[in-house]
Amino acid sequence: MEGESYRGIWVFAEQRQGKLKDVAYELLAKGRELASALKTEISAVCLGYGIDEVDKLIAHGADKVYLVDSPELADSQEDLYTHELVKLIREHKPEIVLAGATAFGRAVIPRVAAILKTGLTADCTGLDIDADKRLLLQTKPAFGGNVMAVITCPAGRPQMATVRPRVFKKNPPDGTRKGEIVKVDFDREGVTSRTRLLQFVEDITERIRIEEADIIVAGGRGLGDGKNFDMLWELASVLGAAVAASRPAVDEGWVPYSHQVGQTGKTVCPKLYIAVGISGAVQHLVGMQTSDIIVAINDDPNAPIFEVATYGIVGDLFKVVPMLIDKLKNR
Amino acid sequence: MPELLKVSITEDINRRSGASLRIIVPMKQVPDMRQVKFDTEKGKVDRSSAAAEINPFDLHALETAVQLKEKLGAAVTAISMGPRRAEVALRDALARGADSAVLLEDSKFAGADTLATSYTLACAIRKLGGFDLIICGEKTVDGDTGQVGPELAEHLNIPHLAYVSKLVEAGEKLVAVCDMEGEAHIVEASLPVLLMVTKDINIPRLPTFRDKAMARKAEVTIWNAEELSSFADPSRFGIEGSPTRVRKVFLPSEEGRKGKIFRNTNEEAISDVAQAILDFLG
Repeated sequence: MEGESYRGIWVFAEQRQGKLKDVAYELLAKGRELASALKTEISAVCLGYGIDEVDKLIAHGADKVYLVDSPELADSQEDLYTHELVKLIREHKPEIVLAGATAFGRAVIPRVAAILKTGLTADCTGLDIDADKRLLLQTKPAFGGNVMAVITCPAGRPQMATVRPRVFKKNPPDGTRKGEIVKVDFDREGVTSRTRLLQFVEDITERIRIEEADIIVAGGRGLGDGKNFDMLWELASVLGAAVAASRPAVDEGWVPYSHQVGQTGKTVCPKLYIAVGISGAVQHLVGMQTSDIIVAINDDPNAPIFEVATYGIVGDLFKVVPMLIDKLKNR
Repeated sequence: MPELLKVSITEDINRRSGASLRIIVPMKQVPDMRQVKFDTEKGKVDRSSAAAEINPFDLHALETAVQLKEKLGAAVTAISMGPRRAEVALRDALARGADSAVLLEDSKFAGADTLATSYTLACAIRKLGGFDLIICGEKTVDGDTGQVGPELAEHLNIPHLAYVSKLVEAGEKLVAVCDMEGEAHIVEASLPVLLMVTKDINIPRLPTFRDKAMARKAEVTIWNAEELSSFADPSRFGIEGSPTRVRKVFLPSEEGRKGKIFRNTNEEAISDVAQAILDFLG
């Protein structure tokens, strides 16, 4: 098949304002495992303007870095990135392309896949190799994490997948690793951006963003009042955590929507999720049940949240939370 | 976020040009997640166990289109690909303010992944004629990919704005606020353009009884593969046109989480949990 001319693994190393995103290093770590299973090499492809510390990609596992550094690429315009990525993939024919399932990755990578007429799997939580068939085995959650599916792409090349940040762990950088940086001129012929960034404002959401947090303290209807969230903010500050909420708490106006976890809010997978006064309706569970450890505090012993909890405390949250804060402070 | 105010964002969108907008809203019928059953032993999803509804994210796309219609004048077409029963979802869309509805139904469309789905939708949209805006929801609650929107934009060779939480202006050009992970990007795009909107953009309305009654009698256009053939390469439909395959479906093991539940709220229990947290966090 045509796939035989495709070799090597690529990681789309996304940057924002010249700073590489951690998900690039995470994908390089996983990509190295996949590359050894396929006995091939791994490259990072990085587009942007004034990109810092490109050699870090080599220290984190890349054998080669394709670097397109050009002022036109400063504003992350989808049309330009799509055009350049398609051009590079057609030229070098990697068999696998991995990208972070970030807002920008989710916007641009499907367009690349559509042009290349190849398969793309969103939000993979596991990647493996079927070495005989040189197939990427892509495990992804569906139905809000209630079902897992293993997807392959036998008929298209490259095989493409996006992976949420923090699903894989990056390796410690190895400054002695050798690699090659290939500078590529941006192909400005035949492409104009049909969108224009007029202005951007950083940090529209205050404090720690829940999608990026290692630890989340979440509150629900059981808090009874918006001001009782102060207690959760205190618990969060002891742990260095972000504060999230279930939909009822958001609908009551106690917490802004950007903090909502669940089917119609954010999907999160922190190391530790502490659910306080959340009963655990399925719409909430689908947004957080893949967390490594779940601690649930609720006065209803039959609350469904206890079915997914690693540690459950049946009791009055207004007593339990202050005690917990106290214990954690006096560690 | 006072910085945002430098660009004049008005509550009511400004319209510069005269003609009425042609808006297309792709949507999907999904099982109601509160009712869907997951068969742990067979590793299967029993969709028949649940009532079907419009994908909740798509309601925000439809509401965006209907609000534009009310403010500026527009013709709104809802389009879906699926089995005949998806007609119910399209009637719901008509009740919520869409002017016309198209269902793409054929066994040849079955088994489509996001590439084949977006391709089929693109062919049908070409058959519909011109358009100014395509408005999509963020993702579906069953497939969870969010890929059909940007893939559709690419098949139609139009620009795409992702994570739109507010429209600033629509006319010759469109200006929108895109929520890009903690940054608000105010972006201008030429028309036609595909917008993927977030839940923040509006609160979808509920249809009235009168609207529902009207929608029951309204016509839903149904197109099969043959009817798209002059706009399509039929080998790109359905499973044949899908590069991906599902190798296996399984349910995440429940055993992984051996929960320890403390039923008495005493000093000791809280200490144990606090210690477990500290040990885990290292």
